[in-house]
Amino acid sequence: MKSIADIKAIRDKMQAQIVLRDNQDAEQETRIVVGMATCGISAGARPVFNTLVDEVAQRNLKNVKVTRSGCLGMCALEPIVEVFVPGQEKVTYVHIDPDKARNIIASHIVNGNICTEYMITKG
Amino acid sequence: MVRSHILVCGGTGCHSNNSAAIRKEFEFLIKERGLEGEVAVVGTGCFGLCAAGPIVIVYPEGAFYSGIKVEDVAEIIDEHIVKGRLVQRLLYKEKSDHHAVKALSDTNFYKKQTRVALRNCGVINPEEIDEYIAYDGYQALIKCLTELKPQEVIDIIKSSGLRGRGGGGFPTGLKWQFAANSPGDVKYVCCNADEGDPGAFMDRSILEGDPHAVLEAMAIAGYAIGAHQGYVYIRAEYPIAVQRLRIALKQAKEYGLLGKNILGTGFDFDLDIRLGAGAFVCGEETALMTSIEGHRGEPRPRPPFPAVKGLFGKPTILNNVETYANVCQIILKGADWFASMGTEKSKGTKVFALGGKITNTGLVEIPMGTTLREVIEDIGGGIPNGKHFKAAQTGGPSGGCIPAEYFDIPIDYDNLISIGSMMGSGGMIVMDEDNCMVDIAKFFLEFTVDESCGKCTPCRIGNRRLLEYLDKITTGKATMQDLEDMEALCHYIKANSLCGLGQTAPNPVLSTLRYFRDEYVAHVVDKKCPCHVCKGLVRYTITDACKGCSACARKCPVGAISGEIKSKFTIDPMKCIKCGLCVETCRFNAIVKE
Repeated sequence: MKSIADIKAIRDKMQAQIVLRDNQDAEQETRIVVGMATCGISAGARPVFNTLVDEVAQRNLKNVKVTRSGCLGMCALEPIVEVFVPGQEKVTYVHIDPDKARNIIASHIVNGNICTEYMITKG
Repeated sequence: MVRSHILVCGGTGCHSNNSAAIRKEFEFLIKERGLEGEVAVVGTGCFGLCAAGPIVIVYPEGAFYSGIKVEDVAEIIDEHIVKGRLVQRLLYKEKSDHHAVKALSDTNFYKKQTRVALRNCGVINPEEIDEYIAYDGYQALIKCLTELKPQEVIDIIKSSGLRGRGGGGFPTGLKWQFAANSPGDVKYVCCNADEGDPGAFMDRSILEGDPHAVLEAMAIAGYAIGAHQGYVYIRAEYPIAVQRLRIALKQAKEYGLLGKNILGTGFDFDLDIRLGAGAFVCGEETALMTSIEGHRGEPRPRPPFPAVKGLFGKPTILNNVETYANVCQIILKGADWFASMGTEKSKGTKVFALGGKITNTGLVEIPMGTTLREVIEDIGGGIPNGKHFKAAQTGGPSGGCIPAEYFDIPIDYDNLISIGSMMGSGGMIVMDEDNCMVDIAKFFLEFTVDESCGKCTPCRIGNRRLLEYLDKITTGKATMQDLEDMEALCHYIKANSLCGLGQTAPNPVLSTLRYFRDEYVAHVVDKKCPCHVCKGLVRYTITDACKGCSACARKCPVGAISGEIKSKFTIDPMKCIKCGLCVETCRFNAIVKE
């Protein structure tokens, strides 16, 4: 038999999982989009994607959604990660690996500092 | 870590369209592609838009795929799940404006709805208690057991203005108060899930999509009135609902949310399921309780009301599934929140099962006071094939029809009664210009005649006689005197029957007589069915457009058509059984029905 505290614990644990299905305030949420076409996957987008999902869940970030997109056309720069923060310009990160992905979450998503070093540079 | 959820509808509508196989295929392919642990497949209850089923929704994108077949599953996995590209071909397209809509909540069908009783249907996996708990499940019960006294619970329900959703619209809080006030140690809480109206499937969908909400509310009711045992009376024709209810009951008992000493608070409440054999009369409260006791399902006179002397002679409350589905939300969000929705005397929302001549067949939940026009044109997507709205039948065989002149009437308990219909449990059957209203009345009366339990004479014999009048009318044998006698008989049956079944059985006849008397007169005086529905009054004839190909004569099952090749054929009206096969066969539109 469970106690009231057990039920509350189950609720908290499950809420982290079902937050995926929360489609209510789509306009206020931050979207992190990973290019997951053949080029992206072969360049290592899958571990990047899984790292992002893990980080968002572990930090219990609300209103942040990690999704996939197709090929962006710049296959040489994959894995590509795009970040859409409401009211701000889109930021595109290239050549991302799981470590860089963790940094993106920590500095850009949590603290609001764009990781300029991962962005596309001229020349 | 799970990054994507694939929700597959497992309601009866989609289930009968093979959604179980679709779910298996998803599970199989996800395993094959090595995506286990990344993607979860979740079977849910009804999403409501049954016309577009089987429905699959993929989160986090919220992509809404409709009309999915097993063969489409691989494409969704390979394109959407692996590569992140939505499968445009399979996305739900709004029938009215033909462009693809992405999210479920963006469709016209959902935009105007307010989901309270259906809030978890199509959102959670009903076979998984943890998912229900994640959406604040059992929090209302915990709140009642730890913070509120039984009388406070009753007061909240009372001031919310919740009225019984089974049809009668009796204030739920008052019912609970009567049962709480009745003296006695042993009391019972019952749930009426014997949904019998033809075309109604609200209760079934709630039990299939969110069974725990009903169980939790029943435990709350038990706490409020001092009962320790409850029964869910559900018809055996709802196998999926019964199965999910059983699973839910087992899980709740394992978690200690039902049974002895719930969550260590000292409150005992246990629940059992009783299966009904599908008798319509068992939806009537006294007949239902007689049936739970193990007797033949027959009603008994009231008073004494169940709140005083109900199941096994003890004080009992009996509420409908949808009523219970509202209770937990009222406890959690407060009576004021609930009372802020709806009209002055009808609070909250109401679930309707939309059916008949309507584009979006399915399940909708609207705030009380929404107009019929909004339900049919905006949510329902209008009448298909460019036909015009003629009437909507609410309340099933106990209700009546709402004609086009009341298209803008706000739907609530009192408005519907004032125009001769009733809320009923929530079936809404839409009819267009091709429906003959006499035929509709006859259909419902055939049903009630079949379902009459036979205990009282006005219902058993009166309704049979009423049906005979309708038979005479639809075969062109009736006189105007018959029409008057029939109307008088209707009032007699209403006034003298023992239970709700008989008292309301003549309603479809009375309400069609009230609004479509001219159609009855056309049947009686002109011997014509204006909509060409009543077989006895329809004639098939071959016009001069006939080329004499003999296709119809070869198809006619009774050999009623004869003629010479390359000259006009004729139909022998004495042999014709009016099956209409010749009309479908003719390639020159030379056969007309009149």
